[in-house]
Amino acid sequence: MKINHNRPTVAVHKFTSCDGCQLAILNLGEALLTLTELVEIKQFAEAGILDEHATVDIAFIEGSISTPREMAQVKKIREQSHYLIAMGACATSGGIQALRNMSDGQAWIDAIYASPQHIESLTTSTPLSDHVRIDLELWGCPVSSHQITATVRALLFGVLPKIEHDKVCMACKRSQAVCVMVSRGEPCMGPVTNTGCGALCPQFGRGCYACYGPAENPNPNALASRFEGLGMSASEISRNFLFINNNAPVFQTIGQKYSERRDE
Amino acid sequence: MTQPLSPQFLPRDQLQRLLDGLHQAGHKTYGPQLCDGAIVYAPLNTVEELPQGVEDHHAPGSYRLKENGSQRWFDWVSTPQGIKPLLFKPREILWRATRDATGAIHFKNPENSTEKVAIIGARACDLAALALQDRHFLSIEQTPDPFYAERRRHLFIIAINCTRAADTCFCVSCGDGPKCEHGFDIAMTEIEHGFIIVSGSLQGKQFIKPLALNSADPAQLDEAAQREANATQQQRAVPSQNMRETLFNALDHPQWDDIASRCLSCGNCTAVCPSCFCYSEQAAPQLDGNSTEQLREWDSCFTQGHSYMHGITLRNDTRLRYRQWLTHKFASWHDQQGRSGCTGCGRCISWCPAGIDIIEELTILSDNRGVADDA
Repeated sequence: MKINHNRPTVAVHKFTSCDGCQLAILNLGEALLTLTELVEIKQFAEAGILDEHATVDIAFIEGSISTPREMAQVKKIREQSHYLIAMGACATSGGIQALRNMSDGQAWIDAIYASPQHIESLTTSTPLSDHVRIDLELWGCPVSSHQITATVRALLFGVLPKIEHDKVCMACKRSQAVCVMVSRGEPCMGPVTNTGCGALCPQFGRGCYACYGPAENPNPNALASRFEGLGMSASEISRNFLFINNNAPVFQTIGQKYSERRDE
Repeated sequence: MTQPLSPQFLPRDQLQRLLDGLHQAGHKTYGPQLCDGAIVYAPLNTVEELPQGVEDHHAPGSYRLKENGSQRWFDWVSTPQGIKPLLFKPREILWRATRDATGAIHFKNPENSTEKVAIIGARACDLAALALQDRHFLSIEQTPDPFYAERRRHLFIIAINCTRAADTCFCVSCGDGPKCEHGFDIAMTEIEHGFIIVSGSLQGKQFIKPLALNSADPAQLDEAAQREANATQQQRAVPSQNMRETLFNALDHPQWDDIASRCLSCGNCTAVCPSCFCYSEQAAPQLDGNSTEQLREWDSCFTQGHSYMHGITLRNDTRLRYRQWLTHKFASWHDQQGRSGCTGCGRCISWCPAGIDIIEELTILSDNRGVADDA
């Protein structure tokens, strides 16, 4: 799979999401100018470029599938894109809004909206990979600008980008930050989470929120046991796992286990 | 080497003069400082920045500081990291390449640091681990690592003899401490009113001489000896200094599975280990595609990439990764370097987020009854 012509085309689509991943592209600064010299951007709503039906070499999609319209649209985008890249937590795992998968979505709609008949929404929020074939997943909430440029660069070279699989702890220790869990007993999701952020939160003395999703070879059971040892309640433990990437199976299984324990 | 100076007494209020001497000679000095609830090495300008009357308390997966009201600056035992990050950088650029307008590629060396660095506070276990890192990175059988070698040449070490042991310390059983015997330029033992100071190199002697100190008197030497004796009281010990046969005979021990159920495979133990030397390399091209950097980063036997070859991850689960870490450190290291790779600093115990105690695991693995029962 190689992009053969001189100035490849790129689209950035948006589904159910906060636009934060699009901002990671807008925030590239000078590199954004380089990017626009290397590729032709056909669709990028946050930058004011609109042509959602354009056939492109590389399509990034931000957001999860949470409406019937998005369900149809993602299939069309798949057909009109050579590479389809899921960008960010919503597109890769369903996002924070996937919390609704664990409750009665229709009941919420009925309770919140004055005229619920106008709300056309699925009862679930799901990742793109539940609906179409995805070529690459860039995890993160939001993704980092570096992930975007490294991905485009690699595809322009005709190779796949190196996707980070190591735990946040590896980046944390390389940054010489002091482990918040060991030195303060602060719960940290770093030991089960993909790095990509460069251990941003631990460097500011906070535990990791697992924005980048489950790392390779994670042991969520052992981490949850450790959280118990630090005195956390079952409901706190469940909330740590059922957060931004709550719908990622590795986090969901353990999160629901502790959530049920709380209900007992 | 010239005869070392006899032990001298450095009054506490004179330590700044030693630091000034180092600064005047162009050394950037790293010393222990309070930061984010820990005592870490950071650039040190004045003795005011040293952690006065602060002890570190360690347990599996736990590290806490406690004030003890003393005037002493070195009542702590071990920093989250030893000397390693000063010499074997967590991340560094090995080379750069650029492509010019004609398409020709030019390789460039990164700017090598020739900065003179001094560290004050290194412990016996850290010095023993430094000797292991030296053997690895400066080995004459392999090509010596030029980056490490350059920094090593410019490193000046002021070692501190421990006067306490943390609950996680076991250097005595490894034969690597607690007294600093060699591998330093200056070594000091902190006593109530100052330091007993000795030189370990000609350079060390040159920094002590201008201070015009008096010889330590018998009472001061006696106090130092008593304090140093405190550090020999350690709660943990390796079952043996050579566990090669024991561990290679225990490759199928059921304890590996038990460890794998608790281990997070996060690599913290290898990152804090002062002798671990694994790294990975990757290309980091610029977006325009006309220049790239070859980046080296600390790696760990707990990552997938560490055993990934041609589409296969050889050690694809935690049992195999933990077994690799332990059998390398305590068994195959004997084949490579003629001794164990552990110097008893205990960092892998304290800084393991899961609180896995390497001594406990080694003790269980040494007991082959577990294997027999299982069979």
